Amino acid sequence: MFIRRSSDILPSEITPREVYLNRRQWMAGAAGLALAAALPEGLEAAPLSAAKSPFSTDEKLTSREDVTSYNNFYEFGVDKSDPAKNAGKLKTSPWTVKVDGLVSRPQEIGIEDLIKSSTLEERIYRMRCVEGWSMVIPWVGFPLANLIKRVEPLGSAKYVAFETANRPDEMSGLRSVFPVLDWPYREGLRLDEAMHPLTILAVGLYGETLPNQNGAPIRLVVPWKYGFKGIKSITRISFVERQPQTAWNKQAPNEYGFYANVNPNVDHPRWSQATERRIGEGGLFTKRRPTLMFNGYAEQVASLYNGMDLRKYY
Amino acid sequence: MADRAAVQGAKKGFALPQVPKILVYIVGFVPAVWLFYAGITDQLGADPMRYLEQALGLWAFRFLIATLAVTPLRQLFSINLLRYRRALGLLVFYYAFLHLVTYTVLDQGLDFAAIWADIVKRPYITIGMATFVILVPLALTSTNAAIRRMGGQAWARLHRLVYLAAIGAALHFILVVKSWPPEPMIYAAIVIVLLGYRLVRSLGRRAEPRRRPA
Repeated sequence: MFIRRSSDILPSEITPREVYLNRRQWMAGAAGLALAAALPEGLEAAPLSAAKSPFSTDEKLTSREDVTSYNNFYEFGVDKSDPAKNAGKLKTSPWTVKVDGLVSRPQEIGIEDLIKSSTLEERIYRMRCVEGWSMVIPWVGFPLANLIKRVEPLGSAKYVAFETANRPDEMSGLRSVFPVLDWPYREGLRLDEAMHPLTILAVGLYGETLPNQNGAPIRLVVPWKYGFKGIKSITRISFVERQPQTAWNKQAPNEYGFYANVNPNVDHPRWSQATERRIGEGGLFTKRRPTLMFNGYAEQVASLYNGMDLRKYY
Repeated sequence: MADRAAVQGAKKGFALPQVPKILVYIVGFVPAVWLFYAGITDQLGADPMRYLEQALGLWAFRFLIATLAVTPLRQLFSINLLRYRRALGLLVFYYAFLHLVTYTVLDQGLDFAAIWADIVKRPYITIGMATFVILVPLALTSTNAAIRRMGGQAWARLHRLVYLAAIGAALHFILVVKSWPPEPMIYAAIVIVLLGYRLVRSLGRRAEPRRRPA
C-alpha cells in the first residue's frame, strides 16, 4: 500500500516530540529485552510480521536449514557453506542505506526506518541460481517501488545501481589474496524492472529478520532473474542514466549479462540452463526439472522485454 | 658386506615400514564409502549430488597428484613408494569412474542427449571426458602381464599419458568454477611443479653428454 504524502500534516503535529522520543526509547528497550530473552546465543533473528501476498507461489518451501546453509555470498568465501560460517562477523546494526544520484530527495535511510515505512509482505518466490539449482523461499520484504517513490527519481534516471557493504574487517572474502570479484559487489536494474511489483527489498525470511548469510539486513530479490542479481547487504542505491557496471558482468561478460533473466533457451557458455535441480527435493537422487521462462514469472514480466533479442541481452 | 649394506641403506634414506598394498586400496576407498553413506543418509548439505560429484572428482585428482609425486619423492628425498604406485594409479581411475557415473546417472539422469550436448559444447566437460578416456588404457595395462606383453619401454611410453591426464584434470577443475578461486589454482600449481620437475630433469639429462669430453 502506498498512501504516503497524501496529507500535509506533519507527523510532529500529531504526536508531541517528547512523547514520541520517549516512545522510541521505550521501544528500543523493549526490543532489546525481547531479543535478549528470545535468543540466548546472541543470534539476531527477530520475528517480523508480514501480510500474505497474491504473488506468492504455493510450491513446497525449501527448508530453512537449506536456505540458510547453502549460499553464494563471496564476501564470506567461495564455498556455499562459507557464508553460514563466516557471515556472523558482519555488523548489521546500525545500518543505513544511502540513496543518491538522479533523485529529488537523496537521503541516508536507517534500516529501522525502511522496515517501518512499508507494510511488510511475505513473498514466497522461486529462486533460480545461474548454476542450475533452485529453491522456494518465503521472503519478507516490501516492493522496491515504495522506496523509489519516496526518493522521487528525476526524469533522467533510467537505471538503479546497487552496492553491497565493502568491509574487509568483517568480510573474510574481501581479504583474500586473489580477489574473486572486483569489490564491492555491484548490481543494477532498469528503472522499469526496479519498479515492477514483483521486485522487492527483502529484510527477512521464514518470518524472521534475514540471517547474515542471506544478505542481512536488506537485500534485493528479483524472482525472474538469476539469483546473483539479488544483491545482498545493500549500503547504497543510486539512480543513474546509463546502464551501471555489475560485478559478475565485469568478471565474465560473456557468461553473466546485465539482464540475467532466467531463460531455459539461452545456455550459460559452460552449462545448459534448460533444467534445474530443486534443492531438498529427493536428496542425492533429485531429478532435474525443466527451467521455466523468466523462472515461471513470464506472465507478469515478459512484456518488459518486448522486442528485445534475449540471446543478445542475456 | 653387512657394513656396505648398512651404508647403502642409509643412502637410500628413510627405511619406510612396508605395508601390504591392499591397505592402500582399503584406505583409498574410505572417502568414497563415506561419501556414498553420507549422501544416502542426508549428511552432505543442501545439494548432496553436487557435493558427491565434486568430492569424487577431487579425490581422483588427489590420487593423480600422489601418483605423480612418487618419482620426485624417490629421486629427491629417497622416499621410495614405487611399490604403491599401481594402487594409487588405479585409485585415480576408480574415483574418476565414480565421478563420471555420478555425473551421468545422478546429475544428468542418463539424459544422453543432454550429456552429449555437454561433451560437445562445454570445454570443461569435453576436457573432463577426454581425461577419463586417457585413463582407460592406463588402467587396462596396469597388470604385470601387460608390462611383459608390451615390453617395458613401450609400456612406459604409454603411461606417460598420465602427464596429459594431469593437465586435463587441472584445466577441468579451473574451468568448472566461477571466477578464480584459490583451490583450483593451487592444484594446478602442484601439477605444474610435478611436471616441470620432470621436464627440467629430462632437459638436463639431454644436455649432459655435451658437457663430456668427446
